[in-house]
Amino acid sequence: MKRIIPRTLLTPAVVAVSVISVIPLLITLYYAFVRYSMLDPSGHPFHGLDNFHFFFTDAAFLPALQNTFTLLFSVMLITVLLGAALGLLINEAFPGRAIVRVLLISPFLVMPAVNALMWKNMLLNPIYGLFAQISIFFGATPVDWLSAHPLVSIIMMVSWQWLPFACLIFMTALQSMDREQLEAARMDGANYLQQLRYLYIPHLGRAVSVVLMIEMIFLLSVFAEIFTTTGGGPGFDTTTITFMIYQQALLSYDIGAASAGALFAVLIANIAAFFLMRVIGKNLSK
Amino acid sequence: MAYLQLSNIEKFFGEHRAIKGIDLEIKQGEFVVFVGPSGCGKSTLLRLIAGLEPIDGGKLSLDGRDITGLPSSKRDLAMVFQSYALYPHMTVFQNMSFALKLAGVDPKIIREKVDKAAAILDLGRYLERTPKELSGGQRQRVAIGRAIVRDPKVFLFDEPLSNLDAALRVQTRIEIAKLHRELGATTIYVTHDQVEAMTLADRVVVLRDGQIEQHGSPLELYDRPANRFVAQFIGTPSMNVVPAGAAPQLLAQAGSAAQADGFVGIRPEHVHLGAAQPGSVPATVELVESLGVETLTYVRLANNVQVVSRGAERSSLHPGQQTQLTFEPGFVHYFDRDGKTYAGAKGA
Amino acid sequence: MHNKFALYGRTVAAWLFALLLFFPIFWLGLMAFKTEGQAISTPPLLFFTPTLDSFREVLARDNYFGYAWNSLFTSVVSTAVGLLIAIPAAYSMAFFPTGGTIGLLKFMLSSRYMPGVGALMPIYICYQYFGLLDTRAGLTIMFMLMNLPIMIWLLYTSMKELPREILEASRMDGATVWDEFRHVVLPLSVGGIASTALVCMVWSWNESFWSLNLGASNAGTLAWLIASYSSPEGLFWAKLSAASLMAIAPIMALGWFCQKQLVQGMTFGAVK
Repeated sequence: MKRIIPRTLLTPAVVAVSVISVIPLLITLYYAFVRYSMLDPSGHPFHGLDNFHFFFTDAAFLPALQNTFTLLFSVMLITVLLGAALGLLINEAFPGRAIVRVLLISPFLVMPAVNALMWKNMLLNPIYGLFAQISIFFGATPVDWLSAHPLVSIIMMVSWQWLPFACLIFMTALQSMDREQLEAARMDGANYLQQLRYLYIPHLGRAVSVVLMIEMIFLLSVFAEIFTTTGGGPGFDTTTITFMIYQQALLSYDIGAASAGALFAVLIANIAAFFLMRVIGKNLSK
Repeated sequence: MAYLQLSNIEKFFGEHRAIKGIDLEIKQGEFVVFVGPSGCGKSTLLRLIAGLEPIDGGKLSLDGRDITGLPSSKRDLAMVFQSYALYPHMTVFQNMSFALKLAGVDPKIIREKVDKAAAILDLGRYLERTPKELSGGQRQRVAIGRAIVRDPKVFLFDEPLSNLDAALRVQTRIEIAKLHRELGATTIYVTHDQVEAMTLADRVVVLRDGQIEQHGSPLELYDRPANRFVAQFIGTPSMNVVPAGAAPQLLAQAGSAAQADGFVGIRPEHVHLGAAQPGSVPATVELVESLGVETLTYVRLANNVQVVSRGAERSSLHPGQQTQLTFEPGFVHYFDRDGKTYAGAKGA
Repeated sequence: MHNKFALYGRTVAAWLFALLLFFPIFWLGLMAFKTEGQAISTPPLLFFTPTLDSFREVLARDNYFGYAWNSLFTSVVSTAVGLLIAIPAAYSMAFFPTGGTIGLLKFMLSSRYMPGVGALMPIYICYQYFGLLDTRAGLTIMFMLMNLPIMIWLLYTSMKELPREILEASRMDGATVWDEFRHVVLPLSVGGIASTALVCMVWSWNESFWSLNLGASNAGTLAWLIASYSSPEGLFWAKLSAASLMAIAPIMALGWFCQKQLVQGMTFGAVK
């Protein structure tokens, strides 16, 4: 088998991926160590670690870190639990299952910006939004979600959007379960809960890792939802690391600090990726 | 000069030496069957010949040409896979003509050749169907047809009948035998089923652990096995083999050559049950299997050795009964301590 | 769970949840056909005479079709170019694996983990330098590069599913590497390619980070248009809903229509 053919086939892809990951990284590395503000046209003198210091001591840093993890963790938890439950629910046939599936995948198809505006205006608005209307109907005082519980609101929006994905992954995994094993368990006298514990849940382990892996990619870069609803606020309540870097770069025009922050984000992302890759690494080699 | 010559073929999978220096000469037009237990290397050897795995050592030559390093596409061999490996997105016609199309053969000639092969295999009606629409047996024939169309130097079959049901297996086996008579093509056939080996082969090659235990005509292997392994592998039910000490009267028949630390074997059809006679051995019946055409009786001797007897007559014996065994003279096989035959059956 | 009660219970539960999940979209669609006054009425109106006024106003205010064309162009072209690069790469990794293949795949996937914001400055500055800001070409390139790793992974998984013996048969039939690819691998991978293409088109259409930062009024996609509605300009919910509906409708229709393929792509064939 000649080596040349497979190498040539791979080259464009490797080049493209490297361009998008390595080159910006190197440039960011450079900028992180110089003083570069787009407001100050006087060159970029070496700034040592000042940028990093600036970024880490920014009032927004610790809240942003916390918010990022809270967002990530909450959405993952909600989508996995609800997704698995839903997957189990629709696993076996029932009337109208095809339509239910179409309805279920719909949130995945909605643009994040539309998603955000939809929730902000139609659902969460304290006066005209649906949640408010329902609360009034039941005699309770409506909650101003975006002001009082901003992070929760964002979590709701993002979970809503990613639930279909998790549900479908679980459904596919359940379809591939060994029927004979289930039948044997039934003959052995296992009730549904026992089947759940000993057969279904272990089998779903792999599906869970796929869900977590893909979600981590997209959840770390949640942007549009925050941008169009809370703008990171009130205060720093919905600022994530991603959003904070964005603010530094395009709002404060401080490229140096933003670059420092970006490197930090890369570090976190790689640590997370490392652990996840270890867990799902076996999936790839199959 | 042999048509297909294997010289000292070696194959390693990592550290494991799967094929251990195999030498074999195959004549043109011969039907050779590779047979052996799972893991013996018969499929691996076939794949080495086909070029689907690289040969690690030794030489392979076909019709005088060294093909050891050549890719599969250039060896002029055709293979029928166990799972048929038909192209699911192509019709039967396209499946069978694919190789010729790749070689740039004139469409008219392709049509001719495919029609001819289809006629031989009775596939004419199915030429425009896709594999999905065919039964297992039909797919099998398409796989064979695909090989025939190419008119290769050697046909390779990798356990082609194992995915068929019993009746179809017998039928297809007969068809393959007929095909070989008609086309006279050199064929290498891999199977774990020794009935296929016995009925189809001009020559049987018994493999174990990557080495050839014995090769020869089917009856040669049956009547004169070179060692205990071949003796017990060929023939169902297996030859009765017991340590020499357990059957002293049989051992005595070997005379001065007898090795007391070896083994003694005799086939079930040469073990007879009946009334006591001089030289007979008492035994207790354990199980009687009436197959209609014959009866298999499993008995246990006084020294706890189990023996199988096979006879054409119906049996009136049942488990627990006592009976007497006699052994037909001249059909005893003698194996030394390592299993090698040192004195064979003189009969047949 | 084979009794009628369980079936009844499951049907009700499943439908209830599906409708609940779908409800926001339904409500959005409903609002788009209301007048502004009806949109903010309390209690919320379920029955009303539909009007197309909001749609008309949105079309008059903004160049919807311009933005829609940008969305269409960038989605389709980025996916097409991506496939041109990804298919050979996936083929190479699936059928000529080396010791480093899995490592390479992991590298490609992990490059996606970095939030886009990490590469924002360098890319923004590069784009500025090359005059790619606010151009369709610029956005297309970005979308393509973004989706490439996952495209490769999806295609790789799909190609690995091909039965080994069929490929060996083609080799015995005399096929070269190119023959094998063209006549066997490609036709048998059409399903996987379609699913991958569909999922990537959905992502490009909905992409809301780079299109906001690298695009503007000229090359902006529908995502950009919607984001520009975020600053409150008084109450105009019906118009907002109309605009939103027009932004998401095309891709939703596509998704519903090619539902089976989309689900296959979404579930990444990775859970066999």
